[in-house]
Amino acid sequence: MSNLAFLFRTAYRDSRKNRSKLALFMSSIVLGVAALVAINSFNYNLRKEIDKEAATLLGADLAASANRPVEAAVLNILDSLPAEKAREMELLSMSYIPKTDETQFIRLKALEGNFPFYGKLKTVPEEAAHSFRSGPSALVDESLMLQHGLIPGDSIKLGKTMFEIKGRLAGALGSVGMASSMAPAIYINIASLDSTGLVQPGSLVNYTYFYKVPEGFNIQKWKDNRKSQFRSDQLRVETIEDRKQNLNQAFGFLNYFLNMVAIVALLLGCIGVASSVMIYVRAKTNSIALLRCLGMKPSDAFLVYFIQISVLGIIGVAGGVVLGALIQSVLPLILQDFLPVQVNVALSPRAILEGFFIGLSITTLFSLLPLVSIRKISPLRTLRSAFEEAEESRDYLRWIIYGAIILVLTVFLWILTSSLVTGLIFVAGIIIAYLVLNGFAALVIKILRKSIPVNAGFVFKQGLSNLFRPDNQTKTIMVTIGMGTAVLTTLLILQSILLNNVSLMDEGKQPNMILYGIETNQMEDLKKLTIQSSLPVLQEVPVVTMKIDGWKGRNKTQWLKDSLMTAERWAVNREARVTYRDTVSEDEKLISGSLKKYAGSGDSIFVSLGTTFAEAMDVGLGDEIVFNVQGTRVVTYVGSLREIEFRNLSTRFFIVFPTGVLEDAPQFGVLVTKAPDNKTMTKYRGDVVKAFPNVSVVDLTTILQSVNNILNKVTFIIQFMAIFSLLTGLIVLISSLTLSKYQRLKESILLRTIGATKAQIIKINATEYAFLGILSAGTGVVISLIASYLLTRFQLDLDFYIAWWPVLGILAGLVVITISIGMLNSRDVVNNTPLEVLRKENS
Amino acid sequence: MSVILKVDNLDMQYSSGNRSLSVLQSINMSIEEGETVAITGPSGSGKTTLMGLCAALDNPTSGAITLLGTLINPLSEDERARLRNRFVGFIFQNFQLLPSLTALENVMLPLELQGIKGADQEAVQLLTRVGLKDRMTHYPSQLSGGEQQRVALARAFINKPKILFADEPTGNLDGDTGSTVESLMFDLNKDFGTTLIIVTHNQELASRTGRIIKLRSGHIISDEKNIPSMTTI
Repeated sequence: MSNLAFLFRTAYRDSRKNRSKLALFMSSIVLGVAALVAINSFNYNLRKEIDKEAATLLGADLAASANRPVEAAVLNILDSLPAEKAREMELLSMSYIPKTDETQFIRLKALEGNFPFYGKLKTVPEEAAHSFRSGPSALVDESLMLQHGLIPGDSIKLGKTMFEIKGRLAGALGSVGMASSMAPAIYINIASLDSTGLVQPGSLVNYTYFYKVPEGFNIQKWKDNRKSQFRSDQLRVETIEDRKQNLNQAFGFLNYFLNMVAIVALLLGCIGVASSVMIYVRAKTNSIALLRCLGMKPSDAFLVYFIQISVLGIIGVAGGVVLGALIQSVLPLILQDFLPVQVNVALSPRAILEGFFIGLSITTLFSLLPLVSIRKISPLRTLRSAFEEAEESRDYLRWIIYGAIILVLTVFLWILTSSLVTGLIFVAGIIIAYLVLNGFAALVIKILRKSIPVNAGFVFKQGLSNLFRPDNQTKTIMVTIGMGTAVLTTLLILQSILLNNVSLMDEGKQPNMILYGIETNQMEDLKKLTIQSSLPVLQEVPVVTMKIDGWKGRNKTQWLKDSLMTAERWAVNREARVTYRDTVSEDEKLISGSLKKYAGSGDSIFVSLGTTFAEAMDVGLGDEIVFNVQGTRVVTYVGSLREIEFRNLSTRFFIVFPTGVLEDAPQFGVLVTKAPDNKTMTKYRGDVVKAFPNVSVVDLTTILQSVNNILNKVTFIIQFMAIFSLLTGLIVLISSLTLSKYQRLKESILLRTIGATKAQIIKINATEYAFLGILSAGTGVVISLIASYLLTRFQLDLDFYIAWWPVLGILAGLVVITISIGMLNSRDVVNNTPLEVLRKENS
Repeated sequence: MSVILKVDNLDMQYSSGNRSLSVLQSINMSIEEGETVAITGPSGSGKTTLMGLCAALDNPTSGAITLLGTLINPLSEDERARLRNRFVGFIFQNFQLLPSLTALENVMLPLELQGIKGADQEAVQLLTRVGLKDRMTHYPSQLSGGEQQRVALARAFINKPKILFADEPTGNLDGDTGSTVESLMFDLNKDFGTTLIIVTHNQELASRTGRIIKLRSGHIISDEKNIPSMTTI
């Protein structure tokens, strides 16, 4: 006990002169721990809220939805529930706003019954939640009202009918703010829907039936008992319990992702800590040797420094916990567009404990890596400063520590993801990312070191050589700052690639407007309007909806019962939208077979399939497919396979019939055109919606806006988290510069003593820090370029494009920050006489 | 008088890459309790290596060292540490004070390592003895070279060592200061009845000891009794 007290006392005394430096490098872990605590606190609060609000999120005890009217047999089963019932039809459509003479793409929700049974529609004024349920009245999403300056009492035209706006919708039930970025919601009553004329054969309508059962009725059991009956026809039946599970699962993924970012920030901090402790231990070698010489056991010498680092680790982690508790109050604001519930800010003891223990254990383990070498420091160093101990890499304890780090990370991620395999995959990913960054940094340093020009000036060579001085942390800084830069820049590049690819869609003669839901008798008039507006009719396509009845000699019911069915359900169950023509379009490439014409009654019908769809159906050339074309069975054979490009705003069809078969089937039309500019596009869209209110217009500008909105929101969150890594890198930079300050001072003072001018010292330092900044940020930028190229080419299948200015901006910004931090750190050398500086440092 | 340090057939080689360098060869010597011995010789003759081995700071390539009746070759690192802490004192050319400890704390250190309470009282007495009563709370960086070496002297004697090893104790000090420190060292040595082994180039310092061992190229070339010069006594 007295020995322990002595060790604590010695640790305390020995740390006297170094506490501020030690505290600084321990601050590297603060942000990582803070991120962990903030994210997990937020996650636990969110889960609590979802549990509490699940009933109001679904609004009913059971909801059944499908993208076509539910079959009578299934509806009968649902209606057998002893429950209050409501219904919703949802479709995407155009709206016309007379007040501003503008049009807007919207999500129309037509309600029947007392839905929501739990919770309520948040409206302003409050009574609007009831008053919109009769007559041609509407509730309109508040973002749309704000955008067009609408107030309750104004009108909005949906299809053929003008609706009075009864109020603004402050929060659509169970939906997230993100949805309104794509298409703002408008609620009307179902009785008014018919009058709009928006529901036509082939319209994309989603039907949902809501049920509220009496208290005590076990709806989950009821649903589970009828699972098989609800299985077909893409009917989605959901209870409150299902909604809870689905939401928890969805946010679980978000949570994993954010936790990964936090873990990466923590690990980067720990790498910084390990590197700093290593330098600290080296600086303390003489003291340790003396303690050993005076009779201190190797294990006690190790314990003295372990105590110092552990205490600082505890302080650092505790600081992280406090900061995390503060940050978690900001997270709900940042993530609000993605959340279906309002998350209350509350401290989560579990998150705090988790953050504390994971932070402390990883920090301690990383610190141990350099600390164990203390055991090997020989007391002989007191007599011979040049004495070198035996090779450290043979120390088995190091490998045990590496193993412990991997174990702790795996266990943490295992608990987090509830899957050992996922935990192991994440850990392997982290190790690979580190090895790649580290390897890359090592390679760059090696190349740079070998390529210092012999004829370069002294100042340049000295500045560059400083990067390779003993105990340098160049690689550590490159890895830590590089990681943050890589994440941030990859995001930026991917965002620009996505936007660039969307905006390239209307290059040259590519279409930029697509009109759908056109009734057969409207097509000629619409074409006339298009030509009058001086716009070309690039495509005029008929669309017929149908279902798949069977394939390869068996009907769908038989196939569905077969556990060996190879076809994918999405392909089998979809309501197919099919066109008919005898040629291959510009965006298609014939892979095999040919488009065979239909000769008339008695001839076989050969259809052409997109390769993706054929693969999903597991059919090939010559295979039979039977379609149900609105009640009529049509037997066809696969005549050809096409590869379809999804590169521009145009119509694409997985299934193409030959002409002469579907002409008399109920159908609607699609027209594709190109407007030369935004002004023409807006006017034409307005004219179309006024003259043909049932026709929906999708244009590239709207898509670009939506994509941009969504990307901005998504990338903001990721950027927010990437900043943690970047800031950690900068803290490592600051602490490493502070730690090596004495060494730098001595060198600079020596240079000044032998005649270097103030300007030369400044230039040498500036050169060093500029290179450090370029190397660190450059490592991240190069890795992000490679990563985004690989992602773009092999995952997203898009054209690679780099928005250079933002990338160069990040690079320049980080170089400036690095130089500023470095110069600030060395201002003592420049502003004071050599002796003054030495005296100050020694005291 | 009994033998306090015995060295038998001592060899020491250092290997660097494929080459091996023989630093000490066939060293035999025996030092009795209470003796004052100077080990002298030119640079590279093996003086410091011999001292390090005798003080149980390193292991010889071959040969045996018996310190205070204990064969130190087979001892573990912890056992050697305990031996040094209880019975050995050190004085170094570059003082070797812990920079983050005050003068008093530096002196207390050996006793604190033993877990002895009241180390501060003994440390105060010794610091007073070396003339640093008013400088006890100062850090090494706030002391002159002579003062630092006096602190080191106080630390070396606080555990009442049986044997004291001094490596060029005045090598870093100017003439007057060096003389003061020398005198203090010999006075304390006499008071505590310690065996003193000094490694030095300084012939004047060596002449104040009772025996001079000369080394050259790793060999003992002479081992003679000396009548200490008058300044010693």
